[in-house]
Amino acid sequence: MINSLYTYFRGLVKYRWLLRQLIARDNKVKYKRSLLGYAWSILNPLLMMSVMTAVFSGMFRFDIPNFPIYFICGNLIFSFFQESTTMSMGSIISNAGLLKKVYIPKYIMPLSKTMSSFVNLWYSLVALFLILIVTRTRFQWTLLLIPLPLLYLFFFSFGIGLLLCVLATFFRDALYLYNVFITALMYLTPIFYPISAVPDVIKKIIYWNPLYYFVLMLRQLVLDGTLPTLKLHLVCISFVVISLTVGLTVFYKNQTKFFLYI
Amino acid sequence: MENVISVENVSMVFNLANERIDSIKEYIIRALKGNLNYEPFVALKDVSFQIGRGESVGIVGANGSGKSTILKCISGIYKPTRGKIRTKGLLAPLIELGAGFDGDLTARENIYLNSAIMGLNQKFVESKFEEIVDFSELRPFLDVAVKNFSSGMAARLGFALASVVNPEILIVDEILGVGDAAFQKKCGEKMEQLRSNNATMLLVSHDINQVKAQCDRAIWLKKGVLVMDGNALEVCEAYENWTKNHSAFESEASS
Ligand SMILES: Nc1ncnc2c1ncn2[C@@H]1O[C@H](COP(=O)(O)OP(=O)(O)OP(=O)(O)O)[C@@H](O)[C@H]1O
Ligand SMILES: [Mg+2]
Repeated sequence: MINSLYTYFRGLVKYRWLLRQLIARDNKVKYKRSLLGYAWSILNPLLMMSVMTAVFSGMFRFDIPNFPIYFICGNLIFSFFQESTTMSMGSIISNAGLLKKVYIPKYIMPLSKTMSSFVNLWYSLVALFLILIVTRTRFQWTLLLIPLPLLYLFFFSFGIGLLLCVLATFFRDALYLYNVFITALMYLTPIFYPISAVPDVIKKIIYWNPLYYFVLMLRQLVLDGTLPTLKLHLVCISFVVISLTVGLTVFYKNQTKFFLYI
Repeated sequence: MENVISVENVSMVFNLANERIDSIKEYIIRALKGNLNYEPFVALKDVSFQIGRGESVGIVGANGSGKSTILKCISGIYKPTRGKIRTKGLLAPLIELGAGFDGDLTARENIYLNSAIMGLNQKFVESKFEEIVDFSELRPFLDVAVKNFSSGMAARLGFALASVVNPEILIVDEILGVGDAAFQKKCGEKMEQLRSNNATMLLVSHDINQVKAQCDRAIWLKKGVLVMDGNALEVCEAYENWTKNHSAFESEASS
């Protein structure tokens, strides 16, 4: 199994140029008819943050110091997860025409979607830094470690994306069900509320939500300036390993049947 | 002679029911009614043949007889339901007109995208770029979106790309029919040149004369079954005789 996966992914070297072009194309298509183009990757989280800050400082009050930063950390993680998994999910179906006519390793499709979202995520970090400046938050040295939780998140999302992609290719309904699921997941991720504000029952559920730990780590690095504990790393790594193992296995076992369903 | 393509007892079954059950609701309804298993559609039935290095083989047959399906199996796009396929050497499949083209991109961008799809590396393509453009004779249209190309122009670009890699196995699925006489001649010459370098060619065409002219061997598929394999002239003759009296979708009884 490991061996066959190795030979399978050796194709990555051969097809890296294709991957680059697909990522470039995704990002080009995304902002094709918009005036501001790439600026949206930065503007979007900024605007979201402004709205949420207005809402939560006016209407509801949680005891969160530096709400803008708190929110944007959660939002960056969640938006990436949502965007990358949703795009991966439909990537085989939307490339049906190509996949039925030429040979390309199929995982290139979900991988390129996850990667183009990841590029977007790095643009969004500019928004984070802008807010750090505007709110005069101290620049912690731990900011340098930001890539770490983002990499965990990337591999975690890729695994989930692969799994969802198989599911959606066989059952189109999965696409719609996932929309519902992701909304529920959003409320079960402490993006705009502190975990201390929720009842114990909900807390128990949130502790099973992998995104919670990625968000937690990012906030520790950006807001608290503390190093994440070894335990937190292990939790994140476990989620990554599980997600990748399940995702890759299921995808690898089913990909030869895709052409019957697209 | 060394075999470069070996097709052993290949069957391809399309479960047409599977294809349509793509929603959970439908699945549940079908499951309740107990008709999840539909009559499978057999597109290829126990097909076997070997192709040696340097051979040039034509595949003939009526519409829907499985010609494109076997080419896709050989190219690795489809995985046969049963049987085994082995190929040796660099393969350049030209299955469908502009298969990897993105209509919104320009010819120039498509040359890069398509080369990447074929698994080529960037340096190689950049060094061959001029050659590709010259061969296709599309220099004035390099920055035009491919969706605005005529089908012949797209075919030119596709063939220019596939031939520049000097493939060891060239697979062509009736895409040259749309090129004009001059371009067809050029393609014929290019194929001759590849063949003289000992490349193997697999060609599907409804133009029997093209098969006769360019292939030394032909395979005749009828409703997914290999009915004849041998000298191109003989197979083409037999196939032509058969087509005079039969049509593609008539029932077995009359054939
Ligand atoms: N992806 C698919 N799903 C279901 N059926 C398919 C699929 N691809 C091909 N078929 C069926 O398999 C049969 C053979 O198709 P194929 O495209 O190989 O024919 P062909 O010999 O190339 O015909 P033509 O001369 O028209 O190009 C057809 O009846 C077609 O309906
Ligand atoms: Mg065909």
